[in-house]
Amino acid sequence: MANGEEKKPVEPESALPAKPQASKSKTGFEKPQAGEAIARGEEDTASDAALAGEPSPPPVAPAKPALSTQPASPTRPTPAGTVPPPQPTQTKPVPAAHTRAEAVPVRAEAAPEKKPGLVRAAYEHPLAIRITHWVNAVSLFVMITSGLRIFRAFPSFGAKIPEHDLIDIPKALTLGGWLGGALQWHFTFMWFFAASGAVYLGYQFFSGHYRTVLFTPKDISGVWPMARHYFLFGPKPAATGQYNPLQKLAYTSTVGFGVLSLATGIVLYKPAQFSWLAFLLGGFHLTRIWHFAAMCGFLAFIPGHLIMVVLHGWSNFFSMLSGWKREPEYQE
Amino acid sequence: MIERLDDCDLRRKSRRQLLKLAPMAALGVFAIPKASDWLVAEGVGFSDWASGVLFRRAHLAPTFANSEVVPFERFPYNGYDVLDPEVDLDNWTLTVEGDVQHAGEYKLSQITALPKVNQNTRHVCVEGWDVIGAFGGARISDFLTMVGANTEARFLEVECADDYYESIDMPSALHPQSLLCYEMYGQPLDRKHGAPLRLQMPTKLGYKQAKYLETIRVTSVLKAGKTGYWEDQGYSWFGGL
Repeated sequence: MANGEEKKPVEPESALPAKPQASKSKTGFEKPQAGEAIARGEEDTASDAALAGEPSPPPVAPAKPALSTQPASPTRPTPAGTVPPPQPTQTKPVPAAHTRAEAVPVRAEAAPEKKPGLVRAAYEHPLAIRITHWVNAVSLFVMITSGLRIFRAFPSFGAKIPEHDLIDIPKALTLGGWLGGALQWHFTFMWFFAASGAVYLGYQFFSGHYRTVLFTPKDISGVWPMARHYFLFGPKPAATGQYNPLQKLAYTSTVGFGVLSLATGIVLYKPAQFSWLAFLLGGFHLTRIWHFAAMCGFLAFIPGHLIMVVLHGWSNFFSMLSGWKREPEYQE
Repeated sequence: MIERLDDCDLRRKSRRQLLKLAPMAALGVFAIPKASDWLVAEGVGFSDWASGVLFRRAHLAPTFANSEVVPFERFPYNGYDVLDPEVDLDNWTLTVEGDVQHAGEYKLSQITALPKVNQNTRHVCVEGWDVIGAFGGARISDFLTMVGANTEARFLEVECADDYYESIDMPSALHPQSLLCYEMYGQPLDRKHGAPLRLQMPTKLGYKQAKYLETIRVTSVLKAGKTGYWEDQGYSWFGGL
């Protein structure tokens, strides 16, 4: 960053007059320029005019004195240090702005973060995470809807005789048509569900990416403020990272639900082969309840997750497809 | 992690990452019923294969104390059609055929003469309920030895008086807890529970435990579409626990 400052004074001198047209037409820098014009709009319409009419020659001469004053300007280095200064190579007009010594501090104070033509963005979701997210989403949908159809065959956790049904699950919410069909979906997508979970956990662990999302004891204190903001319209806590403490809690919980649903599912599928696991989970009957409870956990998570996605808009949703999030609300 | 990118650059990077994910859209083909039918058939087939691999011949299913057995009245009668196909118990014989040295008709007394096993095991229904019952009978493996069956054969097929039919893999049939069951709760099987002889295998789901046995066949080839009454309609063939 420091040398970035150093460079600036040097480059404009040579770059500016040399090829104003060339770079302008070259890479479609019209856009950045336009952005700059807007950013600078408050300061000086004259410079806008200069940009549009591109009278690059006149600014050249004053540019030198302006540049030489820059180091003297105390406000200048700070924003330039955090944010890459407007690259002279990118847009010739930049120095044009610098020609006005007064304009420099104004701009720096008004919008220190604003980078002409630059967008804040974060590569939030690596490919492995995006693939497993979507495979998991589909698998989970199939597992829950087919699971409800299976449960419909004996909607009870008690004895067969006498049978006390707990709920009558509407057929419309279920997949598979009948018990046998639902079991086929369940026994097929359990592999995708398990595989996506295993790949996800493996990736998170070995890449270290889990640090962005794993709920840890230090997140505990942040849960209530966030919940108060979401549910009780309390003040919004400052964003400190990719995920807030409540999000971390939610996402970390789903891993727990997933592990629980798989462990209990194995016992329900193979209670004889995995009798030791059935024992650890409190027996066959209790395991059936745990299995159902894990689904309830997902059912609690999913609506909240979807509502949040809708509330946070397209760029948030799109980031789970492209990986890149435009203008994330947190700083770093 | 936040970067500052030129807008075009960001769009290019986003597009590139999006394209990497694009092949997944091809999986949408499974929304077509024909494709999804194929997929779940493959899925169940794979699950059955994995079940066979997971099956351990010597691993015993849990057994229970007499106090944990449900009362006889609370052991459900379950059948796919009639509960009492009116088997002529006096003249009943079991037909044994296929890959065996001593094919023919066997009387119940020849089966009860084999070493008797009593076990309290869990009977698990595919619907999700289960009961712990008390069962008595002869090991299928002992019977197969008696009739000189080729235990290298892959399957055991059974046919029943109520036209139910089933087939099981040989490793499961040879499991020490797999019984030709002729007693429940210390009494001869009653008609609705499958008199005079039924399968009782605590390593299999309930629909594999065929009742009112009439024929046992040892074979290495199953007729497609004739592997079991419920299996032919979509239940998992292995049906193992």
